[in-house]
Amino acid sequence: MSAILNDETKKVLTAPLVNDNPITLQVLGICSALAVTSQMSTSLIMALALTLVTAFSSAAISAIRNHIPSSIRIIVQMTIIASLVIVVDQILKAFAYDVSKQLSVFVGLIITNCIVMGRAEGYAMKNPPLESFMDGIGNGLGYSLILIIVAFFRETLGSGKLLGIEVFKLTKDGGWYDPNGLMLLPPSAFFIIGLIIWAVRQWKPGQAEKVEFKIMSIAHGEGGHH
Amino acid sequence: MEAYISLFVKAVFIENLALSFFLGMCTFIAVSKKISTAMGLGIAVMVVQAITVPANNIVYHALLKEDALSWIGIKGVDLSFLALLSCIGMIAALVQILEMILDKFFPALYHALGVFLPLITVNCAILGGSLFMIERDYNFGESVTYGVGSGLGWALAITVMAGVREKLKYSDIPAGLQGLGITFITAGLMSLGFMAFSGIQL
Repeated sequence: MSAILNDETKKVLTAPLVNDNPITLQVLGICSALAVTSQMSTSLIMALALTLVTAFSSAAISAIRNHIPSSIRIIVQMTIIASLVIVVDQILKAFAYDVSKQLSVFVGLIITNCIVMGRAEGYAMKNPPLESFMDGIGNGLGYSLILIIVAFFRETLGSGKLLGIEVFKLTKDGGWYDPNGLMLLPPSAFFIIGLIIWAVRQWKPGQAEKVEFKIMSIAHGEGGHH
Repeated sequence: MEAYISLFVKAVFIENLALSFFLGMCTFIAVSKKISTAMGLGIAVMVVQAITVPANNIVYHALLKEDALSWIGIKGVDLSFLALLSCIGMIAALVQILEMILDKFFPALYHALGVFLPLITVNCAILGGSLFMIERDYNFGESVTYGVGSGLGWALAITVMAGVREKLKYSDIPAGLQGLGITFITAGLMSLGFMAFSGIQL
């Protein structure tokens, strides 16, 4: 066990969770993070699918990294990723047809999800297969974490349920909770991710971006002469 | 004709790729700092979208759909699971060809749009457009309308976003919210605005 979980592996597995999160810091793979999160069940499936695709594509690309001519590497990477996504898509259609209908095109869009490409290009092309696999899992988990947080807020506040189980009793069923319909609509996903980014950067000030224009403070304050 | 106009308006405003399906978000956030670059990227996306959606439509209906190969005498073959691979291959190839054509015949345009073209291959708005076309079973005419419309909608969204961000950089934003955070909140507010179109029926 210690041979597998050496320092490098531990680092690539845990760093993407908060310190180097693909969504809040690297700004990768946001499209699906926003689109599938109105329900917890779809988010979980999407998170699982993306983690597996990232891990296996990184491992496969890393295994043949020394044989890929650099001028066509993007096409090669894309073919590998697309084939894996087709496998995931077919499995979902076979075993979880309802979820696959709800996810609609977003399973296919894992192909262009920047996390997968970004890890292939940024990590797997330079590192051996096992580490690349772990890096894929780590980044997949970082993505999953954000997805699950967003879905948690959107589903509980938007429909009073979590994974289809009632959490808050709705007013229309004689309960007390009046669901916030906005949470089920696209804008809420933007707001929640924006707030998560704010929270993370408040916690880890090193991640905050530089201010382009400093606002000058007026030395004399409001009591000055005009 | 009316159906096409309705589809066009729907693709531009009501089902805006960026603001109601979150497609192409990575580039939408990354390249919306200046109006001029945002507009350049927007136009490039529109052009590529208008070419790739119909092209994928032809490939899908002529080769991949169930029984599509009956015109060469092969019956009962359903290759539609290959749609993902063929769409992304088609997009990559077309973007490459477009880049070469622009470089050879329209150097000025190439210098304006050239830097954005490689970005476009991995823009989910482009692949998303083609996949929506397949999922909704558009015919060729509809796919042309949808391609142009959805591209225009995306271009509109990113240009407006860049306009907002150009002004936003002069405002006093809390440190943690600076940059990415406030951009998301702004995008959310814009998305709320675009939802006003959702009741429109033509």
